[in-house]
Amino acid sequence: MMFAAGDTVRVKDEWPEAAGPVHIRTPHYVRGVTGQIVRFLGDFPNPEDLAFARPAEKKPLYHVCFRTGAIWPDANPDDDVTIEIFEHWLERP
Amino acid sequence: MSILETDGSRLLAAVAVLLDRKGLVSDEAIRERIALTDAAEPAQGARMVARAWTDPDFRAAMLADGTQAAESLGIMMRGMPPLGVLENTAAVHHLVVCTLCSCYPRAVLGYPPFWYKSASFRARAVRNPRELLASEWKTIVPASVKLRVVDSTADYRWMVLPLRPAGTDGWDEARLAAIVREGDMIGVTCPVAA
Repeated sequence: MMFAAGDTVRVKDEWPEAAGPVHIRTPHYVRGVTGQIVRFLGDFPNPEDLAFARPAEKKPLYHVCFRTGAIWPDANPDDDVTIEIFEHWLERP
Repeated sequence: MSILETDGSRLLAAVAVLLDRKGLVSDEAIRERIALTDAAEPAQGARMVARAWTDPDFRAAMLADGTQAAESLGIMMRGMPPLGVLENTAAVHHLVVCTLCSCYPRAVLGYPPFWYKSASFRARAVRNPRELLASEWKTIVPASVKLRVVDSTADYRWMVLPLRPAGTDGWDEARLAAIVREGDMIGVTCPVAA
């Protein structure tokens, strides 16, 4: 497990769907956005492999909180969006 | 004959026989799963909410592990994704959405309402949630309360533990459970004393 509650993380600004068929559980609207780890949720089989019936390694999953103002400039800056994101989509900013 | 033109019920029966014969899924397991799916309805989640409102120990257990809390009330969670519980407080209101598809805590709320899967709800819930709640449900989240949207994107399923409404002092669990609606446990509405 790379991250702990409270750590600042950035979602990778990667777009593998541009290269071909994929199954990704990381929403478009948080790619490249910085947020904070709320908590570790457990290890779960990687859906990116599971969806194609490939052997799926278990990956750490986190609840990550983003200020909506960091996603959309006109959003209420005090509100936030909390999303389940796999560790291999997160990096230290 | 093409598989697309085959009678659906005959096709289902044939697949069920094949699954059974190959030892993959027994007839009994399929019947059990159908019974579980049919038994799941918002009243199950409402029972959990009412218990949490009246029993602080249960409330703490439910927030720590929704799956175990549901099982302790006799709700069958076997084979279901883990259940997380989001507690509304005087400072934070939660709204659950699945922007990628239609992930929903079916074990405790049953089938999702039709609008939950709509592209419109899914987009507006993250892009403009306060306007969505106010215009579609007349739910006004005060400016002093943080609106926390929970986008259910992966392996958990989320339900909201709403605030107990005023005017319900002394009510027993059954009476409390009766006022909790599915929308209250998604966060589009708030329970009111009826």
